Order: sequence, then structure tokens, then C-alpha cells
Amino acid sequence: MPECSTWIRPEPHGIHVVPADAWIDPARPVERALVTHGHADHARGGHGHVFATPETLAIMGLRYGGAQHETPVAYGERVALQGGVFATYYPAGHVLGSAQILLEHAGDRVVVTGDYKRRADPTCLAFQPVPCDVFITEATFGLPVFRHPPIAEEIAKLTGALALHPDRCVLVGAYALGKAQRLIAELRAAGYTAPIWLHGAMERMCWLYEEHGVDLGELRLVAGAPKAALAGQIVVCPPSALNDRWSRRLPDPITAMASGWMRVRQRARQRNVELPLVISDHADWDELTATITEVNPSETWITHGREEALLRWCQLNQRRARALALVGYEDEDD
Amino acid sequence: MNRFAALIDALVYTRSRNGKLDLLAQYLRETPDPDRGWALAALTDGLDFPAVKASTIRALMAERVDEILWGLSRDYVGDTAETASLLWPEPPVPAGPPPTVAEVVETLSSATRGNAGPLLAGLLDRLDANGRYALLKLATGAMRIGISSRLAKVAFAQAFGVNVEEVEEYWHGQTAPYAALFQWAIGQAEPPRTDLLPLFRPFMLAHPLEDGTRLDLADYAAEWKWDGIRVQLVNVNGETRVYSRGGDDISAAFPEIAGSLPFPAVLDGELLVRGSHQGGEAGGAASFNALQQRLGRKVVSKKMLEDYPAFVRLYDVLIDGDEDLRQRPWSERRPRLEALQPRLNPSQYDLSEVISAPDWDALTEIRARARDEAIEGLMLKRRDSPYVAGRRTGLWYKWKRDPLTVDCVLMYAQRGSGKRSSFHSDFTFGCWNGDPDAGAELLPVGKAYFGFTDNELKWLDSWVRQHTTGRFGPVREVEKALVLEVAFDSVHLSKRHKSGLAMRFPRISRIRSDKPAHEADRIETLRALAT
Repeated sequence: MPECSTWIRPEPHGIHVVPADAWIDPARPVERALVTHGHADHARGGHGHVFATPETLAIMGLRYGGAQHETPVAYGERVALQGGVFATYYPAGHVLGSAQILLEHAGDRVVVTGDYKRRADPTCLAFQPVPCDVFITEATFGLPVFRHPPIAEEIAKLTGALALHPDRCVLVGAYALGKAQRLIAELRAAGYTAPIWLHGAMERMCWLYEEHGVDLGELRLVAGAPKAALAGQIVVCPPSALNDRWSRRLPDPITAMASGWMRVRQRARQRNVELPLVISDHADWDELTATITEVNPSETWITHGREEALLRWCQLNQRRARALALVGYEDEDD
Repeated sequence: MNRFAALIDALVYTRSRNGKLDLLAQYLRETPDPDRGWALAALTDGLDFPAVKASTIRALMAERVDEILWGLSRDYVGDTAETASLLWPEPPVPAGPPPTVAEVVETLSSATRGNAGPLLAGLLDRLDANGRYALLKLATGAMRIGISSRLAKVAFAQAFGVNVEEVEEYWHGQTAPYAALFQWAIGQAEPPRTDLLPLFRPFMLAHPLEDGTRLDLADYAAEWKWDGIRVQLVNVNGETRVYSRGGDDISAAFPEIAGSLPFPAVLDGELLVRGSHQGGEAGGAASFNALQQRLGRKVVSKKMLEDYPAFVRLYDVLIDGDEDLRQRPWSERRPRLEALQPRLNPSQYDLSEVISAPDWDALTEIRARARDEAIEGLMLKRRDSPYVAGRRTGLWYKWKRDPLTVDCVLMYAQRGSGKRSSFHSDFTFGCWNGDPDAGAELLPVGKAYFGFTDNELKWLDSWVRQHTTGRFGPVREVEKALVLEVAFDSVHLSKRHKSGLAMRFPRISRIRSDKPAHEADRIETLRALAT
């Protein structure tokens, strides 16, 4: 059994790398933070010194303004922290700039995945399995009912609904960082070339993606557009705006939502969704279990999500595992 | 099965009635027989496979999925069929092409307790997740997707451009997969025969009389509009049925009525309960509240029969013996009804009297004086009108008593659905349980989601947003500061509500933003109006 439990400690508000006096994705401001990706439940403002990929730093800069000190870490670059700890960032396939962090100390290798998925995503680099002793995995969709369908099927549902109702628009709720851009990029990949309309809250993140080389095609803002111009169009907004007064300016919108939770009918109905699109930036059950098998760590730690079921799976497969009780990681409408 | 599954899925996510109608009509038009007929039966609860139970599904899953993983999943999803549809281990290659609905029905009908599991498994292996969901829902007879039989009939009529009343009439004699009904609808066959079965005939209904309208009583006869439930009594071949307004067979709940029509006829009347309760005159009709004690029961105890004896106040005769009178004018049917009534036991049947009034003003006066709690208002029936299904302009009118009103304080608002999903459109309001200046509290007395104009709704919605004090999911609690004038048809004592009162047909009649909340009405004011 690895000895890492002495130098890497799960605490309620983050994972503490003790000899380096650094925290991974801490939920409150700390002196030294290693941040896996830009989602608000992982990347918070107010840290003294942030180590993250350049893309993640750019996203954090957009949201919080920069930190006092920033160290951009390229994928594959091995950074020496204090106390004899080395950190290497590997692509996690979750959103632009997302990373798993490999920590090495005293001969132990620990990988913290942050959030990840295994499906292809035109907006970020693919997840790369990294051999390790302890694998700290997310479990957002850690129930065997979650099996995400191929994204092409979901995109076809969206364009199909649009074709069926030329005088309505399809309003898609999608998380402003990652999901929205992936959805747009996948629509482009499927040959959808018409302008895609954005809620104002989406705008800056989309430009940031474009600056990082992700081509999203022609984007327009809904603000100020006449109602008639939006008939037969796709509009993307944050999930919180779906049933908000904002949506009254749209022509009889078909309410869609892009999220892994849409797999469960009741979850979709609770949100008044008419067109559920099962699109997720997290690993589904099959991806989680396949990844653990592939990485084949001697110990698996499971965090934020439905830990219990994945823990049970590890037991059934004779894998050493434990559930961490970290706080502050939300579902994020994902 | 895939088309049926797609229909089920679309229906689950479609909230508007018109949207559901379009989906259903399109499916019925485009799907071949007999699949569409079976689907229709499944959607309207017309299918039952006694060998397949929820426990059959659980047993299948227990063989395939770890018990703890199943339990965690089932808890999360909240529905056994849906959980199983998602967890089913799909064979790497489907075990065959997806079955048709007809094949599913055939297979499940032939199933026994012994082989239901393997048969179901064989079907599941040929479907994707949505198909499995539809199959399991169909197999266990629990669709619950908000399709009433009325909605299905309207969709059927829409699909084939036929009259919905005719659909209702012919539907009743048919069994799934309704081949004769579809043949008739597409113009390939005569309508199915209905005269030899105790079938429901669609009711004739009334339009509300608009304010200020005056009718000539030479053309219209007036009757009381009784506040019970509209029923149709059908006796054919020695068998009697009691049908409710929606065509549901409620004979079992009212055996004394069903057992006392001794000759072939189809009669229209109001089902009421004798009114020694609620202070009603002895032998007269009690309020709707008394009748409610008898509704919705599958079996009825002797005590119920004694405490709440039901009777029918007859309005009309549709068929007398083997003579269909529906095309005859009301003025001919009425004497036929009066002639037949003495052949019935007076403790179960009486006649709704025709009110004699010399002119409209006199009738207005009679209506204003009516305070019998079992009277909802007046009915005006054109003397030369045939008995036609549904609501036909100019033939029958209902002239309800003026509504009662009370000033209430808005307490909670809930977001609506569909078109109203961005508006708070369901309002719960209350009255004071004492002197508000001496620390009295508001108790909820009702909930209303109509009565206001679109502009008033916008105003209310923005008021709610600006005065929210608490949130409970889709419900907002608001500052107790806005007075709403609420109109309602009647109010009854009720043990179910904390205020002890229940309103019938409450609606928001005016927004009284001019009135301070402490001047709203008290519970006791409302209680004094209770019947």
C-alpha cells in the first residue's frame, strides 16, 4: 500500500499536498493553489499563487481578474514545488485547458483527475491515462444508469426539432464554460452553418475559446435582435436563463437543455425541458469504470458525485477504494 | 415499437395540450394497424397483462445487476421501469429487429407467471433504452403521461377529420386494437353498431349565457341547474349502466341507481344526494359537498348508502325503448320524459321541474331569489332543439348564479408551465383568522390560476418577484401585502384544509392593490357563506 496518505490529505475544502503546502482546487482562498480547470467549483478567486494551464489561467482571469502570482503550466511540463513534490499536468478532456494533475513525492505517484471525460471533444485535448499508485477520480455520473449516448445523436435531435418547427426557435441551456462551446463546435462539425445566437453571459467565454483557436463559426447576440429574426434559429443561454423573463423575447422557444442529467426523465421535466439533450463533459459510468481499469492504480479515491456506487463497483472488482467527503463541488448544471 | 417509444418520449416532454394532440394525431395517422390501436389502448389504460408486474422487472434486474447498484440507481431515478430501461445490459448485437407493438401485446398476453420474465427479457434485448422504457411502461400498464381518454379521442378525431362526438359514441363498444373504429375513420367501413350494447352517448352541453343577454321564453324553457354530477343512465338488454360526464362507468359506486331502472331507455339527469345533511330541506338535494362523500369509490358500504342516499333528477330522455328520440325537439322529448317518470321509483328518480315564468324579468327575479345550495343557476333550453352531442351555439345556455367574492391576501405564487413557465401564475391566497391588528394570522383558503388578463398576469408576476420573502422549489412566498378579490361559486366546510373551508371554482376577479392587506376579509366572513 502506498504511503501517500501521509503527504496527501483530503480535507473538506480541498486536497492538501502537505510537503508543498499547496491545495488542489481549494474551495476557499489559499496561499498556493493547483487548479485543474476553470469551472467555478474548482477555480475560485482570491488565491495567492495559482498553478494552472495557460488556458485555465485565462479563464480565471476573465472571471476573477488575475491572481497575485500565476504560474502557467504546459501539458506535460514537470513543475518542482517545495518539499520535494513534483506536479505534471495532463489533459483531462473536460473543457478547454482542463488538466489532471500528477503529483510525485517520495516515490509515490498520485493523479487527481479533476473533472474528465473520454469522448472526443473538438474544443479540448483528449484525456490521457497516466499510470499511478493512487487515482483520485471524480464521480459526477457515478451511477450505472448514466450512459451518455453518442453526441451525434443528440445534435441530430436538436437540428431535427429545428427543422420541424421553422417558426419557433430552439433555446438550449448549456453551461457557459465548455458545454456551450462544445455544443456549438459539434453543430458546426455536423454541418450547421447558420449563425448561432448567444445570451449575453455566453459572449466573452466564446471569444476566449476563439482566441485559443476553437472555431465556433458565426455567433450573434440575442440582445436587440427582432423576434422574427430568431425564428428557426438556435439560441444558447445559461441554464438559469431558460425559464427566466429573458426568454420572453424569443419566438415561442422550444426549451432544450444540454446536460448529462437529462438522461433521467424526471430531472428534465422538473426543469420544464421539452427537448432534453444528453450531452455531458463528464465521464459516464462506463467511462469511469473503464478508466479505473485502464489506469489500474493500487488505490482509487472517489470524490464529488455519487461516490457510493463507484465504491461498490470497486469492491465488486476487488479494487481498493475509498470515498472522500469534499465539500463545495456542485453539479454545475452539467 | 420504436415509433411508439418516440411518441411516449415526446409526450413526456410536451406540456401543451395542443402539442400532445398533434403528436398523437400524427402517430395515429401514420402508424399501420394494428399497432396504432394497441398504442391507443396502452395510452388510455386499456391494456392489462396480469402475468407482468413490477416485481417481474425487479426479478429480471436482480439476475443482471448487483443489488446495491440497483438500489442506488432506483433511488436516484425514482421509477422502476425507467431505472431498468437504463440499466439493462444491452447485448453486443441486438437479439433481433425491434418488435412491433402488436408483437409485444401478443407476447405479453400469452405470458404466464412462469415465463413472463424470460419473454420480457427477450423483448428487452431487441430494444434501445427508450424502447425498453416504453415496453416496460406498456407491460406494467402504468403510462401516467397525462393522456386522458378524452384527449385521445380528440386526437383520434383530429387525425382523421371526423367528429369527436361520433368517435366517443362508437369507441365505447369497441375493444383494442379498435380495427372497426379505424376502418370507419378512414372511410373504409360503416360506423360500428352501438344499439345493442349499454353504451354511453355523449352529453349535450350548454354555453354560458353572456351578461346582459335576454332570451325569449317563448323559444326557451328554463330549468334549475342542479349542483351534482351529470349522469347518463343506460338500460339495454336488461343491463343498466351509470355513466359520468366523461363517459366513465360509475355504476359500481351507485348501485341503488343502477339497480332501479327497470326498462330499456337512455336518460340524462343530475346525480344528487338527499339533503338531510348540511341543513338542506328534508327530501331535497344536499350540496355538492355531501355528494363528494360518494364519489370516487369502487365499492360502497351499506352505511354510505344509508347516510348519503343518491337519486337522479331527470333532465332528458335520449332513447325510450327502442326509439331514438335524439333528433326530436326538446318540446317532444319533455312530455315523453314526464310520461315515463311515473314508472320509476320516486326515491331514486324525480323530475327536474320546468320553471314557469311569464317573462325574462320575472325569471331574473326567480334566479336572484334562489338560494338553495343545490342550485348552481338556471338552464335555458331551446324548445325546438334536438339532443346533440357537445356544445352547440344557441341551443342550451347555462346561467349561473352570480359568483360570491371575498378579498384575500396573496401568500404564495408558483411558476406555471408551458407558455406560462416564466410567469408565476398559480396563486395561493388567505384570509385572516382574527383581527390582523391584534396579531391574527393568514390561513390559506384557496388557490387560483385564472381569472386575470395577460397584462394582469405580467403585473402579478413582477409583483411576486419584487416581494419574494422565501423560495421552496418552484414556489415563492411573498410579502403579505397584496389584496386579491377572489370570485367563487360556493364555499364548503372541509376538514382537509387548515382554514376549514374549501372553495369551488375560485378565480382572481380583481387585483386590489388599492386596499391595505389588513382590510382583507376574515375567515369568519367566508365561513358565513359556507353551504
